[in-house]
Amino acid sequence: MSEIIETEATSTPAIKGAVSAVEDPGYWQRRSFGQLLRSDLGFLPVLLTLVVIVIFFTIASNGLFLSPENFSNLIVQSVPLGIGAVGIVIVLLIGEIDLSSASAGVLCTVIMGILTERAHWPAAPAITFALLSGLILGAINGFFVAILRIPSFIVTLAASIFYNGLLLFLLFGQTTQIISDPFVLSIAGTATSYLTDFWGILLPLAAVALYVGSLFFNYASRRRAGLRTVSLTRLVIQSIFVVVVVVGSIVLFQSYYGVPYSTAILFGIIIVFWLLLTRTRWGRHLYAVGGNAEAARRAGINVATIRIVIFALCSMLGGVGGIVLTSHLGSVSSAIPPEYQLNIIAAAVIGGVSLFGGRGSVWAVLLGMLIVQCLQNGLALLHQTTDIQNMIEGLVLLFAVTADALIRRAQTRSRSGR
Amino acid sequence: MADNEILTESSPASLEDDRQPLLSLRGIGKTFGAVRALQGVDLDVYAGEVVGLVGDNGAGKSTLVKAIAGVNTADEGEMFMEGRPVVINSPQAASHLGIETVYQDLALCDNLDVVSNLFLGHEQRTPVGFLSENEMEKQGLAVLRSLDVKLPSARALVSALSGGQRQSIAVAKTILRQAKIVLLDEPTAALGVAQTRQVLDLIKRLREQGLGVLVISHNMADVFEVADRIVVLRLGHRVATFDIRNTSSNQVIAAITGAEFGNTEKANQLLGQQALGENGK
Repeated sequence: MSEIIETEATSTPAIKGAVSAVEDPGYWQRRSFGQLLRSDLGFLPVLLTLVVIVIFFTIASNGLFLSPENFSNLIVQSVPLGIGAVGIVIVLLIGEIDLSSASAGVLCTVIMGILTERAHWPAAPAITFALLSGLILGAINGFFVAILRIPSFIVTLAASIFYNGLLLFLLFGQTTQIISDPFVLSIAGTATSYLTDFWGILLPLAAVALYVGSLFFNYASRRRAGLRTVSLTRLVIQSIFVVVVVVGSIVLFQSYYGVPYSTAILFGIIIVFWLLLTRTRWGRHLYAVGGNAEAARRAGINVATIRIVIFALCSMLGGVGGIVLTSHLGSVSSAIPPEYQLNIIAAAVIGGVSLFGGRGSVWAVLLGMLIVQCLQNGLALLHQTTDIQNMIEGLVLLFAVTADALIRRAQTRSRSGR
Repeated sequence: MADNEILTESSPASLEDDRQPLLSLRGIGKTFGAVRALQGVDLDVYAGEVVGLVGDNGAGKSTLVKAIAGVNTADEGEMFMEGRPVVINSPQAASHLGIETVYQDLALCDNLDVVSNLFLGHEQRTPVGFLSENEMEKQGLAVLRSLDVKLPSARALVSALSGGQRQSIAVAKTILRQAKIVLLDEPTAALGVAQTRQVLDLIKRLREQGLGVLVISHNMADVFEVADRIVVLRLGHRVATFDIRNTSSNQVIAAITGAEFGNTEKANQLLGQQALGENGK
């Protein structure tokens, strides 16, 4: 395709000086469906997989799967996974990996549990202290990766093993620590841990209104600046899609108890990171580090600082996820479920974040965590035990990543993808 | 090239200013351990001029460019930017003086779109702190237009562009940073015929905009097409400077390889006289 553009360019010198001369006017229209799959519609295969899974389990469980009660439970159960996966997404985006965020998260909750239950601290400073320790632990990982140039795989593996030992040490061999602090429990562990109907409907609607508004505002300002715009039809379809998804979710939530606090926390975190990643200089630099660290360095970006901050945030988000999980379970356990960390990474990767850095969106977390959690929840509903659950989940992960890789490779090979 | 000639002759009033070199190096030397990579190299780059820097492998081209770009600091010698003595000891210092380098690997982020790459590290922000994407896109398009670059879209990912287009993006980036001198390291290596043409046109356009351009290349045909002067390095010394108007490719190659050395000396003297003559006018 590029060749065609160039011959056009050399054979029509008369165009020189025209306003849109730099850009090829037909480019966006001429893009094939395959190209769209690789860029704007990259989430479509994952979404289809999720839809297939949901339909299958709904039929197999006679509608029980999509009942508001089960749906609400499913979401609440998957939130800690999702929050941890946001951390993994930003680490993957800079082309690194963190195997310690789950253990760091559990360690944070142990610190919080000891402070509230044994030292009788109030909840707010205990949570702050726990999250700060997560931040510092992550920054230490980042220091080894960014400054000493040790591969992140090894650094975080070692950190994970260390945290496992440290939390046993802190708990004095106690296997579980019951949490009784009312504030901590109120996050996700009580029947009242839901937004009131007013806020549960208003907040998502306000977010959608802002988003759609910004889409059209941007469209108008690009028009005014004489820049190329996407077609209005596409804008409308995009807006309708978002509105339908959000209103549908609100209806599902409200037909049970409402929107859980934990879900609101997850969406808050996703939206904040989405804005940071796509709308700020910091986010742009983060993608640049993941795409070409040397180019980023030469552009004057402080690559080491970005790496340290990302690792710190990842461990802290693991801590946030851990605290939500603790609140939900009502206790802190010294045993870290072995598949927990891998599920977090799986959620990010299934959602479509590249393991090689620089590609992916933080919204991937939502699809990825839903697929992982739907499989576990659905198979449990069908009275399948952990053995079958794990085997199927492993196969789905492999399938998802393979399909993604094949689509990308096919596109790179075909001339249109270049 | 012919344009350039006419330009200097037809504007005698500004001749004095024009002949002040943008960048001038005097007696640059650099040693790596026991290896003398550069010794006593003088080099001038004028505004609106393309200087081709040629030489065999190991002649010191890259070392010289790195010294100018601030990647490796020269051990000895002086540098002047617009007549003022300057010290270039870091890439930032070079960039601050208006010296921008386009390396062979281009240093582009494949996963980002054209506009993001153009402004990488120098992003513009709205008062709220968000990126002002539309403003950057507008300015980016203006620069790309001035260089007559053709792209599928300013929002296309750089990974989807051809080699020539990528080179254009890397060059446009230097202009957005207010470059006065652009150093190009092997800009046409690994490019096809059509794309090489694009890049050569791009270099000519840089000259038209009054920038000083220093091009390193192995390709004689390319150098002869775009350069006004050719500087030949051999074993760390500047062995010859040719004016393109009365030089043949054979003379340059002889200077590069060191064959018929006497001949190149003569060419050098010839050039010196010519430069004097032009100055006198």
